[in-house]
Amino acid sequence: MNRQAKLEVSDEVAIGIQGMNKWFGSFHVLRDIDLTVNRGERIVVCGPSGSGKSTLIRCVNALEEHQSGQIIVDGTELTSDIKNIDKIRSEVGMLFQHFNLFPHLTILENCTLAQIWVRKIPQAQAEETAMHFLTKVKIPEQADKYPGQLSGGQQQRVAIARSLCMRPRIMLFDEPTSALDPEMIKEVLDTMIELAEDGMTMMVVTHEMGFARQVANRVIFMDEGQIVEQNEPEEFFNNPQSDRTKLFLSQILGH
Amino acid sequence: MAENNASFVRHELIKEQVPPVSQRGVVKWVSENLISSPFNVIMTLLSLWIIYSIIVNSAPWFINGIWDAKSVRECYDILDGVSGACFAVLKERFPQLIYGFKYPSTEYWRPNIAVVLLLAALAPVLFRKLPQQLLGFSAIYPFLAYWLIWGGTPLVAVIAFLGLAFGIYCFRRFSARSFAFGVIIAVIAASFFWVLGGYLSEANETFLALEAVPSRDMGGLMLNLLLGTIACSISIPLGIVLALGRQSNMPIIKWICVIFIEFIRGVPLITLLFVANVILAFFFPPDTSIDLILRVIIMMTFFNSAYIAEVVRGGLAALPTGQYEAANSLGLDYAQSMRLIILPQALKISIPGIVNVSVGMLKDTTLVSIISMFDLVGMIRGPILATSEWNGVYWELFGCAAAIFFVICFSISKYSQWLERQLETSNR
Repeated sequence: MNRQAKLEVSDEVAIGIQGMNKWFGSFHVLRDIDLTVNRGERIVVCGPSGSGKSTLIRCVNALEEHQSGQIIVDGTELTSDIKNIDKIRSEVGMLFQHFNLFPHLTILENCTLAQIWVRKIPQAQAEETAMHFLTKVKIPEQADKYPGQLSGGQQQRVAIARSLCMRPRIMLFDEPTSALDPEMIKEVLDTMIELAEDGMTMMVVTHEMGFARQVANRVIFMDEGQIVEQNEPEEFFNNPQSDRTKLFLSQILGH
Repeated sequence: MAENNASFVRHELIKEQVPPVSQRGVVKWVSENLISSPFNVIMTLLSLWIIYSIIVNSAPWFINGIWDAKSVRECYDILDGVSGACFAVLKERFPQLIYGFKYPSTEYWRPNIAVVLLLAALAPVLFRKLPQQLLGFSAIYPFLAYWLIWGGTPLVAVIAFLGLAFGIYCFRRFSARSFAFGVIIAVIAASFFWVLGGYLSEANETFLALEAVPSRDMGGLMLNLLLGTIACSISIPLGIVLALGRQSNMPIIKWICVIFIEFIRGVPLITLLFVANVILAFFFPPDTSIDLILRVIIMMTFFNSAYIAEVVRGGLAALPTGQYEAANSLGLDYAQSMRLIILPQALKISIPGIVNVSVGMLKDTTLVSIISMFDLVGMIRGPILATSEWNGVYWELFGCAAAIFFVICFSISKYSQWLERQLETSNR
């Protein structure tokens, strides 16, 4: 059951966040966030809606700008310097709730585009890489279709392949399964579990507590823009410390 | 199948059959669309009667039409009281309607070739399936067309083209360091080339020269097409740039674009044309004479681009923010994400609007008749109707102008619908 023992975690820091604050206008969304993610770690972030968990991981690749504190990703500090931001973004893969595939391009073109334009890889080689990862997510036969012709689960797996094609060192997941039908959730989670077993550093915002138990080596609970509790999954689920966490867990595990 | 027996096995598959007669083909269409209810029947009969009376009343006018006559008097004499059109005016004044009344008649072949080549140059732009090497010809075409229509030595066009190519080469070479640096170097290089080339072409004015035709001698449908084609082809890229500028994070660029768009949209085109005709000359150095066509083209381009900018902005706003985020999260920079992800989708959404504005622009080229340029409508109102021979032949002339514009605009509209279907990827 507990597969975490197999998965190595190194001492190298992949994401370091210190004293980070963010406001939307005057609304204080993230308050004094301190978080260190080591290479190979798999972090699950959970919490009620509006708790700032999505904003937190969107700050990691600068889709949202933070106003104070420090974020260091893969050894590069996030500043307003656009060169740094583009460099970090090409090293960090991101998955979205609504997949955000490019509807005017075929599946294959979705996967090769960034390789060709950002990494300057020749087209033939980019296509080879794309097919490799499409095979890995088990949909190589859809390569010439358009995203609109695929099911939600397939689209999310294409999105995973698209990110993997950039050979990212870190993957961020922003509620990757919450827009999917129940039967499609599994196929996406299976793909994510495989990724974890390959040693990918992952930060996942999700309500899939089964996934958290099986894959995560740390679960972070957020509420009102702050980290309320973090622990190993067994401890977190079986022995939550704060009242807020207990209430949350009773609500989502209750049914 | 026995009653009350829930188990059932089909041993033979039912073959595909055609629907019954009343449910297919003409019968179905007629019964659904023409006679589905009493009210529908009445409307059908009424429509048939209206169509019938239009045809019966107008057919003699067309059929009795006179094609050979020297004046409207002669037309009436031949018709001798019978209803009929005097199409002779179209035949006799055909060159004037098409080329205006001053373009040298020995040189009509030049605009003719220019139009044929225009179709060839547009083809690879409009139809992506054609070999894209043809785009090279599209790039040369504007310079070739300038030489054909205005005449003079081809050196002017060649130097303009080479200067532009040199500028683009310099931009490619230097823009790696910084975009602004590349633009500045390119502008300096191209201007330098043009100034030097200007001396060269002035010194060799007769080299391979065609008979020069000054701008004020352009007229007829040729002038409409000239203005419409140039204004549309410049204003679409300019409109896209304005739309992107309006969304820019850089306040100065943003405000320049906003003020430009709002100002131009707030002013009637006629006013801008009068500005082009009279006032714009004050803004140029005293001795330069920028010719009227160029001034009108500048104004029409500005006018059209402001509208296109707003249409494109609508397309940009219609895209989900997820598309911007996905492009960013893959590490694409601003130019790449716009060119590869955002604009292809936003422009696809904007096609109906862009076509709407462009067709409107093409028709608005007839407004130049108000600032005494003799375009198709200007020719009809002025040199043709004002003569004693053809005074009063309104229907034939304006009907002809309407038909010409309708054919052109309807083709553009059909093309845009076809293009939309081609770009449809979601449910193919």
